[in-house]
Amino acid sequence: MAHDKHFTNQEFKVVGTRVPRPDGVDKVTGRARYGADAFAPGQLVGAILRSPHAHAKIRKIDASKAEKLKGVKAVVTSADLPDLTNGRRDMLDILENCMARGRALYDGHAVAAVAAIDAETARKALKLIKVDYEVLPHVTDVDEAMKPGAPIVQPWVRTAGVDPAPTKASNVSQISTFGHGDVEAGFAEAHVIVERSYKTEQTHQGYIEPHACLASVNPDGTGELWVTTQGHFVFRNVCASLLGMEVAKLKVTSSEIGGGFGGKTHVWIEPVALALSRKANRPVKLVMTRDEVFRATGPTCSTSVDVKIGATRDGIITAATATLRYQDGAFPAIWGMLGAMTSFACYDLKNVKSVGYDVLVNRPKVAAYRAPSAPMAAFGVESTIDQLAAEIGMDPVEFRIKNAAKEGTRASYGPTYGPIGIGPTLQAAKNHPHMKAPLGRNQGRGMACGFWFNFGGQTCVDLNIGVDGTVNLTVGTVDVGGSRASMALIAAEELGIPYERVRCNVADTVSLGHNDMTEGSRGTFSSGMATVFAARNAIEVLRERAARTWDIDVSKVEWQDGKAVAMGSEHSNLSSLSIEELAAASPNTGGPIAGHNEVVADGAGVSFATHICDVEVDPETGKTRVIRYTVIQDAGKAIHPDYVEGQFQGGAAQGIGWALNEEYVYGDDGRLQNPGFLDYRIPVCSDLPFIDTQILEIPNPNHPYGVRGVGETSIVPPLAAIANAVSNAVGVRMTHIPMSPPRILKAIKAHRAESEAAA
Amino acid sequence: MSGILVATTVNGDAVEFVCQPRETLLEVLRNRLGLTGAKEGCGTGDCGACSVTVDGALVCSCLVLGAEVEGRAVDTVEGLAEGDQLHPLQSQFIKHAALQCGICTPGFLVAAKALLDRNPDPSEEEIRYALAGNLCRCTGYDKIVRAVDAAAKDLRKQGRKA
Amino acid sequence: MHEVQLTASLRDAADGAASVTIDAATIRELLRKLVERYPRMQRRLDEGIAVSINGEIYRDNWSETIPDGAEVFLLPRIQGG
Repeated sequence: MAHDKHFTNQEFKVVGTRVPRPDGVDKVTGRARYGADAFAPGQLVGAILRSPHAHAKIRKIDASKAEKLKGVKAVVTSADLPDLTNGRRDMLDILENCMARGRALYDGHAVAAVAAIDAETARKALKLIKVDYEVLPHVTDVDEAMKPGAPIVQPWVRTAGVDPAPTKASNVSQISTFGHGDVEAGFAEAHVIVERSYKTEQTHQGYIEPHACLASVNPDGTGELWVTTQGHFVFRNVCASLLGMEVAKLKVTSSEIGGGFGGKTHVWIEPVALALSRKANRPVKLVMTRDEVFRATGPTCSTSVDVKIGATRDGIITAATATLRYQDGAFPAIWGMLGAMTSFACYDLKNVKSVGYDVLVNRPKVAAYRAPSAPMAAFGVESTIDQLAAEIGMDPVEFRIKNAAKEGTRASYGPTYGPIGIGPTLQAAKNHPHMKAPLGRNQGRGMACGFWFNFGGQTCVDLNIGVDGTVNLTVGTVDVGGSRASMALIAAEELGIPYERVRCNVADTVSLGHNDMTEGSRGTFSSGMATVFAARNAIEVLRERAARTWDIDVSKVEWQDGKAVAMGSEHSNLSSLSIEELAAASPNTGGPIAGHNEVVADGAGVSFATHICDVEVDPETGKTRVIRYTVIQDAGKAIHPDYVEGQFQGGAAQGIGWALNEEYVYGDDGRLQNPGFLDYRIPVCSDLPFIDTQILEIPNPNHPYGVRGVGETSIVPPLAAIANAVSNAVGVRMTHIPMSPPRILKAIKAHRAESEAAA
Repeated sequence: MSGILVATTVNGDAVEFVCQPRETLLEVLRNRLGLTGAKEGCGTGDCGACSVTVDGALVCSCLVLGAEVEGRAVDTVEGLAEGDQLHPLQSQFIKHAALQCGICTPGFLVAAKALLDRNPDPSEEEIRYALAGNLCRCTGYDKIVRAVDAAAKDLRKQGRKA
Repeated sequence: MHEVQLTASLRDAADGAASVTIDAATIRELLRKLVERYPRMQRRLDEGIAVSINGEIYRDNWSETIPDGAEVFLLPRIQGG
């Protein structure tokens, strides 16, 4: 019972209520401290010099003038970050991305850095560093990068996943194939086949807080790092490894984090700040500008996708294939593979094949963006599904219900599903009043499904009971969106005490064991599981203390509603002992009362969502307005429904921006043309309607409370749902994301010209 | 580099500081006065995370020079609560879960107060347009709009100005 | 004995085999025997691997037992946001 991961359907008293978050007051009064809000005595200001070229050989860096400038305390280049990676190419890639090593691989690639007494001096010093570049041919488009003769981004890369192994360098770092059955035979059985190609442009997570840190390294090899991150334990391990420090001697504290969405799962400036601090022997604060965030952190991929799906006249899919080309930026990654894994995961398919290409270009290293890779694959697949339903003359929801994956379905990426929520989200969509609401002129409705994996991973929790019976819950997963409230709810539930009696904090790396990143929708799932176990661990101690107080056997003590109760008629004279009484007596019953748990919270399962969207498109300008939006998603169990809704709404809003506006625009010179919020326009308050949510609760069998991760899946359906809505509104199939006004107008005009030519 | 001596009022208190001619009000607030509630999200006036008011007018403090606030009254998120009482906007932001990461929250609160100061009974559309200069990437704005609407109702009930 | 299915992108490390028959009680034993048979698999393990047992994906818990007759898939390790 105590450490059983399985769902037990217990009744809840406080879990599921909408309590105020513990960090709320700090965040509405301006007291919460984020990455750039820390100060250290004697701190310097760091700044980074970045390549203006998309691809160049760095012949020489002359920093002598910068070093001589009054107020400059350190200048670092790759020479100050020697390769200690011991043949681990993935680690060397991280190091090279943080600081160029003889070659610049994208516009914005860090080349050198300075630390000076103030920002003004640091800026002046950067201008004094002379870099001798030999500009090389570059490539920034995913399809161009795959063509023969394209400039090679990484000469050491040989395409993996090809037999026999190639001997020549290629921009395709790996090819990943998934699927089962015989797709050719399947297509032969189909009455209708739809085949189409799609493109999506590169977008950025767009967190409002730029990357920021305060690093302090001492000559004795110890150091501290205050940083905005999704995972300070991982940052500690990576930074220690890259700088040759000992893990235990580098203390990393995660500040409040001003948004991450995957973008703060990688180190970018932190090893540089540590190297500057080490060289200057002073604390160094390094904060990115917004321009740097766009040019030199990890956006998501741009993609080019071909989808082919066949079905019988009565609406059964007989075969499906997808070829997915994802640009990973300048370093090999797995994003194309993930696109191939997720593309058809919503459906029960007899014959399916998806092939993912991971492609290198001269753009910044790609990072995860919520459910990485899945939205672009879903855009292609869900758009094709909609066209197929239309050709067959079947309602798009009915068509999806007919082909939806269910328990026992062999997933397109291999394994067989347990209990899953795609069917219920589709049923809920079918029955939702939104599906029946009337539409006006120039309006269209679309819907789409989405899939994403959930992660568990290494997790560690401490629960300490104070002398007054209040509880400090110490977790190591960074709170990106209110998870401290959820963790405190879980501890209160287990201990049987009011929520207000629990205080949840995120520990630094010297105060708690290792915790993996807050990524893969794992925060509430895994720290929630560890909290359940830590609380049960503490209850064991509380029962023992009560037994000792009463001098009875511990097996006769039960924990009920925050109290120890002696069981059996022979103990009916003993009145119960509250957590407060036990805590007050603890010095004389054995000392501090605490519970701990260290767990690998594997078995997080998978997650599904269905979105419905109404748009109105102005046929004169091509401008699209989302007028109604509904998110339906399975949360397993919503610990704090407000923050579950918040994840649904936030993912939908990011998807709306991606679908309609946001894109990286590269010039022919390989430079990013719009590295700012003015020209890279994310949705503002007046762009959006209220975003309706419906939380389904289909318990996850592998979590004591049935929790599923909810953070990422909400970004998967929007591109397709909105594309289907826009296509229905304008009567033309939209195949290129974002559907900005010029693209929509062009599509409408081309369609008109075609129709006129046909007439 | 000679500094400029500036005498101003911040959250009702008389304050003096020395700044460089090109230093922004945001840099002064954060680096010289220790008021880190206003955040730098872009430095170009596009995100609103650094919103403060100067003589009651809503501004992006990254676009105002420190030297410009001589003799003016600057109000920031740190001055929003009255004594130990949170402002109704602050209370409703917590109650409605109108923040996730919270980095944009100070700017939204200052902008929302500026709205309610001039329009105590805004429609949903008026709230949305008044807050269109403040970017939030976490919430989709849904719960922010509801929180501002609820705070406006609270203030009207109490018969007080924002 | 378990019929361990290999994702296509892992097959080149197993001489092209789509599936491998291995007798193993836990994920740890499975991976050890896999590397014994296919030394090139070690690099893939270092890069990150996940094992799906009856549809549940395990990334880190190598002590997980593999029930008789279980469906076992070897997948690349995935990353999230």
